Amino acid sequence: MSLIVEGLTVEIDGTRVVDGVSFEVPSGGRVGIIGESGSGKSLTALAIMGLLPDGAVARGSIRWEGRELVGLSERERAPIRGREMAMIFQEPQTALNPIRRVGAQIVEAARIHHGLRGHRAAQLATELARDVGLPSPETIVSAYPHQLSGGQRQRVGIAAALAGQPSLIVADEPTTALDVTVQKGILDLLAGLVAGRDASLLFITHDLAVLAQIATHALVLDSGSVVESGEVDRLLSAPEHPVTRGLLRDAKATLWRPEGSS
Amino acid sequence: MSEIILRARGVTREFRAPRRTLVEKRSVSFALQPVDLTVRTGSSVGIIGESGSGKSTLARLLLGLDRPTAGVVEVGGHAVDAGASARELRWLRRAMGVVLQDPYGSLDPRMNVGRIVGEPLWALGIDGDRRQRVREVLARVGLPGVEERYPHEFSGGQRQRIALARAIVHRPQILVGDEPLSALDVTVRAQILDLLNQIRHEEGMTLIMVSHDIGVVQNVCDEVVVMTGGEVVEQGATGDVLRHPRHAYTKQLLAAIPTI
Amino acid sequence: MSALARLWRIPLGRSALIVVAVIAATALVSLFWTPFDPRRADAYSAWAPPGWPHLLGTDGTGRDILSLIMAGARITVTVAIGAGLVATVIGVALAALGALTARPVRESVAVFVDILIAFPVLLIAMMIAAVWGGSLWVVIWSVGVGYGVNIARVARIELRRVNRADFVLAAQASGLTRSQILTRHLLPNAAPVFIVQLSWSMAAAVLAEAGLSYLGFGAPVTQPSWGLLLSEVQDYITVHPTSVLWPGIAITLTVLALNLLGDALREATDPTLSRGRRAQTHTPEVIA
Repeated sequence: MSLIVEGLTVEIDGTRVVDGVSFEVPSGGRVGIIGESGSGKSLTALAIMGLLPDGAVARGSIRWEGRELVGLSERERAPIRGREMAMIFQEPQTALNPIRRVGAQIVEAARIHHGLRGHRAAQLATELARDVGLPSPETIVSAYPHQLSGGQRQRVGIAAALAGQPSLIVADEPTTALDVTVQKGILDLLAGLVAGRDASLLFITHDLAVLAQIATHALVLDSGSVVESGEVDRLLSAPEHPVTRGLLRDAKATLWRPEGSS
Repeated sequence: MSEIILRARGVTREFRAPRRTLVEKRSVSFALQPVDLTVRTGSSVGIIGESGSGKSTLARLLLGLDRPTAGVVEVGGHAVDAGASARELRWLRRAMGVVLQDPYGSLDPRMNVGRIVGEPLWALGIDGDRRQRVREVLARVGLPGVEERYPHEFSGGQRQRIALARAIVHRPQILVGDEPLSALDVTVRAQILDLLNQIRHEEGMTLIMVSHDIGVVQNVCDEVVVMTGGEVVEQGATGDVLRHPRHAYTKQLLAAIPTI
Repeated sequence: MSALARLWRIPLGRSALIVVAVIAATALVSLFWTPFDPRRADAYSAWAPPGWPHLLGTDGTGRDILSLIMAGARITVTVAIGAGLVATVIGVALAALGALTARPVRESVAVFVDILIAFPVLLIAMMIAAVWGGSLWVVIWSVGVGYGVNIARVARIELRRVNRADFVLAAQASGLTRSQILTRHLLPNAAPVFIVQLSWSMAAAVLAEAGLSYLGFGAPVTQPSWGLLLSEVQDYITVHPTSVLWPGIAITLTVLALNLLGDALREATDPTLSRGRRAQTHTPEVIA
């Protein structure tokens, strides 16, 4: 259950926006990608999922469970997506279809990939809703997205990602749009779920503090290239590259310091 | 002890849900509980809260952009009547400047930067060489010579600088920020925060900053007001409140913040 | 890039703009010069086919068709502009009332507008003409009101949307009065939408005038309207088919051009198209 990315490049209209990115997500691992807007981190995630926008071309190697993903057609990709790897998006607002009930959206992956129907699908929806900590799971599955709070919607997004029983979860800034207390709940949830299901997590963020909460290893991206990588603890205590140092410095300038820590 | 520049007394705001039937009574969908706030000249106050806490509602009330259901807001000793005409409220508009949250929505896409930043001068009928003042203020925020450009040519951080320029062009005494940094990247945030601090100290402005980000508030504000569910649950000197939180919500909030 | 420049780049937009400009120019020129006096009847030259000196031929009373068409353009332009103006004023006023006032006023205006929209413009024009006699004013007012409410409906929504933007709040905080906000911020931002509707309303006005004049409810017989010309020569369509062509083509071309202009304007002023591209090249934040 591992993901090995080697020399990944993504070009959009001739501009190289991801340049020679290489990293590994071992089975059960929690790897983070950190960088500012425009560093290419989201595009890397999209390339892995095969969800690049039209006009974007990926080259290099993305090996998932030994299988090469770069160059696969959409038809070959679709079965992998949702079933073996799933994505959680940043905006809980727009990632859900406003005119469908959340229960249906949660189990969609299961219906498509595992052929789940009717009663069993409904059961799965309730189960997953419970797993992600949604209140009153049996009733909430019949709700529409607009009836839920931002944090609840993001939990629905996570439940939906889990429905196909993926081995890799790619989370693209899932907590950026959420309140701090809600964010903590979601991060704890993600960590717990990944451990409990023996899945791997690739977590993308621009926030070092959030990275510190959820990832064990990370790579730092700047303008499409990896400038530094390693264990998160080491990156935070002894960063080497100026970009990493800059991120750390800026984070500290705007971070809350519980008294007593520097 | 310096004078009180802004005061809120028993300020509340009720929002009623739209009626579903003609005869149904309109229920209250959200209410800001009575707030008492005193801000002294030259100080900086942070209003912390998560979504739905009522902090933005409070900010609008303090700015005189919304009418309280009950209670009074006083600026410089004068009561604010948010229902009065724009002309009658000129004194208030002159005294205050605001930077809003969304850098992509707070600048009119069809006006150039020069006109946008100069608008308060025009609207308030302020004398003097307006173009010169606009030039000055744009240079001050680190964007010299951009008067002829349009908002879409700038990044989020740059737009907030433009919004800041607009907020201070008329030399207000009070600067209000409604989550001005929330939509920005970490790096950019640090820069803008720095700028805000500098300008505030140079011009001797009073700062009221609404934010959900405690780190930001800690860096900039001497006093802090914590809100949740439409209520103020704690207020006091920043150091005190953040080091020794008394209310359960404050404690919960601080515990949830990811740190390095 | 300005909207006009963008419009020029769209092939249909360019053509439509050119046609409209030519018609307007013709109308202007006809005030000073036409090949022949459009009213001059010359029995000896009746029903002349296109040729020299009558480039488009003559009608049953020997009047030069080209001159008639040129003079008729005046009426077309007058009606289009007149109806357009009336529609704009009524549209903007109703939209502003329907978007920016207190809830009870807003909602009553919305209902009022919806009711008016249901009325068939041409029928009303005919009814009015039947009572008060046909004239260009009937056309201008009935099309103006009819399309004014259409514009109001669309503009109202647009105004409400723009009103919610933060820059409006910022303007309020800067001390602008509501009417200043309306003219400096709301209308310019909502304008692309009603400019398109305006174009279409002018097309409708031209068609309405032609139709009403043709039926006898529009321009009085003394004025050289294309619709009137059409009704006069149509009896002889089997005998002198080319004479019918010219007013027909003139009307069709004008209405088509105005309609296409509206479509092209919609494309040219679409903020998502242009803004999207700009944002992409400038702020990579949007992509990565």
